[in-house]
Amino acid sequence: MAVATIEAVRQSDAVQLVLSGEWTLATMPQPISGFELRLRDLAISKPGWDLRPISRLDSAGAILLWRAWGRQWPASLAVSSGHRALLERVEGISPDLQPEPSAEPLAWITVPGRLALSAGNHLAGMVAMIGQLVLDVAYLCVHPRDIPWREFSANLYKSGAQALPVTALIGFLIGIVLSYLSSLQLRTFGADVFIVNLLGISIVRELGPVLVAILVAGRSGSAMTAQIGVMRVTEEIDALATMGVSRSQRLVLPKVLALAVAMPLLVIWCSAAGITGGMVSANLQMGLSYGFFVDTLPRVVPVANVWIGLSKGVVFGVLIALIACHFGLRVKPNTESLSARTTTSVVTSITVVILVDAVFAVFTRNLGLP
Amino acid sequence: MVEIRGLCTQFDDVVIHRDIDLDIEVGQMLGLVGGSGSGKTTLLREMVGLLAPSKGTVRLFGEAVLDPDPERRRRLRRRFGMLFQQGALFSALSVHDNIAFPLRELHTLDEAMISDLVLLKLGMVELEARHARLMPAELSGGMIKRVALARALSLEPELLVLDEPTAGLDPDRSENFVKLLRMLQKELGFTVVMVTHDPETLAGLATRLAVLADQRIVACGTAAEVAAVDHPFIRNFFSSGRAAAVRQGVG
Ligand SMILES: Nc1ncnc2c1ncn2[C@@H]1O[C@H](COP(=O)(O)OP(=O)(O)OP(=O)(O)O)[C@@H](O)[C@H]1O
Ligand SMILES: [Mg+2]
Repeated sequence: MAVATIEAVRQSDAVQLVLSGEWTLATMPQPISGFELRLRDLAISKPGWDLRPISRLDSAGAILLWRAWGRQWPASLAVSSGHRALLERVEGISPDLQPEPSAEPLAWITVPGRLALSAGNHLAGMVAMIGQLVLDVAYLCVHPRDIPWREFSANLYKSGAQALPVTALIGFLIGIVLSYLSSLQLRTFGADVFIVNLLGISIVRELGPVLVAILVAGRSGSAMTAQIGVMRVTEEIDALATMGVSRSQRLVLPKVLALAVAMPLLVIWCSAAGITGGMVSANLQMGLSYGFFVDTLPRVVPVANVWIGLSKGVVFGVLIALIACHFGLRVKPNTESLSARTTTSVVTSITVVILVDAVFAVFTRNLGLP
Repeated sequence: MVEIRGLCTQFDDVVIHRDIDLDIEVGQMLGLVGGSGSGKTTLLREMVGLLAPSKGTVRLFGEAVLDPDPERRRRLRRRFGMLFQQGALFSALSVHDNIAFPLRELHTLDEAMISDLVLLKLGMVELEARHARLMPAELSGGMIKRVALARALSLEPELLVLDEPTAGLDPDRSENFVKLLRMLQKELGFTVVMVTHDPETLAGLATRLAVLADQRIVACGTAAEVAAVDHPFIRNFFSSGRAAAVRQGVG
């Protein structure tokens, strides 16, 4: 390929620049900005330009020339009609006149303000969604034919049944670690048998629900946000709307109900795994017999703890599903927003779960403790 | 320019292409036609190396598209531009950044030059400078097509692969599009492969036709040559009112 070349021809009183070769993005000398500077230097003395020997000129080449000419036609120019048309096209470029939004001077006050407003906005959105769900439930009570059973059972399977192995594993391991660490401490006081109280209360009441909530938020919450978000990106939600299908009934409600049912069951399952792990560890570490452990457990852990654990499960499940759906529906139709919303959804649900857990702790402080 | 030899495609046990041979010379504008679902998009994807054919080879510019050497493959991929059927704009980037993306990847242009180039390409596809700040989700279907075309043109490609470039454009725009592409082609001498159902586009642009039916290329050549082939799809294609336009335009 012939590279772009410039040749200066001196005539009686003026200089004529003769350009030839291929003036295209791929064939112009690299770096192009350096080449442009050279052209600009040449253009200062207002020479004549002869572009006729150029074999190929593409838009990059045309722009380069135009910029070298200082965005105006040179006084003396010889150019083929095809290339002239291209240059005229370049002349027609109208720079975008609207100024770029500049940095705000009051950022220190507007940024927290915007954050507060958006938090309020999200809160209002959540309240509206809960209200809509209540209306949906009322509607479905009257029209039981419209209950989305399939979606419900699919969600139950995906976020409940498929989470069984991982929750059991995590619960079991945490039980072992907790039991091992506590037994070391308890033994120094000769209080070995209290391991049952310690494990029973802490796992059933606190660790089980919170662990499951964090797992489910990471596992199912993110999946729900991403699913609804992609449906927004691909306009599937609009397609649903045109078919007269309510998105809150078909997308949100089954997810919320499924997690409300699945979470308490997962909590029981995870707690059981945790206690089993603790029991195994206590047996190995301190020689506490399984029979003794199982016998003692119901006596030292009042059944109220189980109810507390279960109700935490329901509340956390509903919260996770609501937050996931809320952020999913707020996804803007682009991939960046999808990933940002999914992250926000998981972070928010874990934070909210822990906050609500603290509230639970305050309100149940007189319940279920021996 | 493009050389396809013995290409077969199979998804699971569904055969899409059976033993396809196709040659495209420099400067040709080939219109690929065929029924919906006949595997045109799939053939284009194989042509540009997005999909490995089950059997057979594809060579672009004399080099294998699926060259094992990544550097050579990258250089090859800078030499063609593709317009996807659905646009495939980067949804997280604005129109300006979408078109600037391949230019920035060159690492040899400064921002002012890139910005000028982007505005020029936008002008070429009849979009205004103020559209440059919009996000892809804020564009109409036809505008998405035009931005995608501008992006495909941004690297001044030697080969332009277009999947239904004028679908979704109004007749006026699609006529302008045809004119524009013809002018650019005359100017830059690039090669075009396009899939289209639009007889006007075919008539206005294509210098040759290839017909994909029954999993193979049943005819390839000028309109007259193709029309002479006896095949149900071709008979159907040339039977309606479109025939005259296509026959006149192509070849
Ligand atoms: N990834 C895939 N897996 C399985 N089958 C596929 C895949 N991609 C395409 N197909 C099948 O290959 C066939 C051809 O698809 P293709 O998209 O190439 O059609 P087309 O000719 O471009 O149609 P249209 O004109 O409607 O765009 C279709 O039947 C489609 O179902
Ligand atoms: Mg297609």
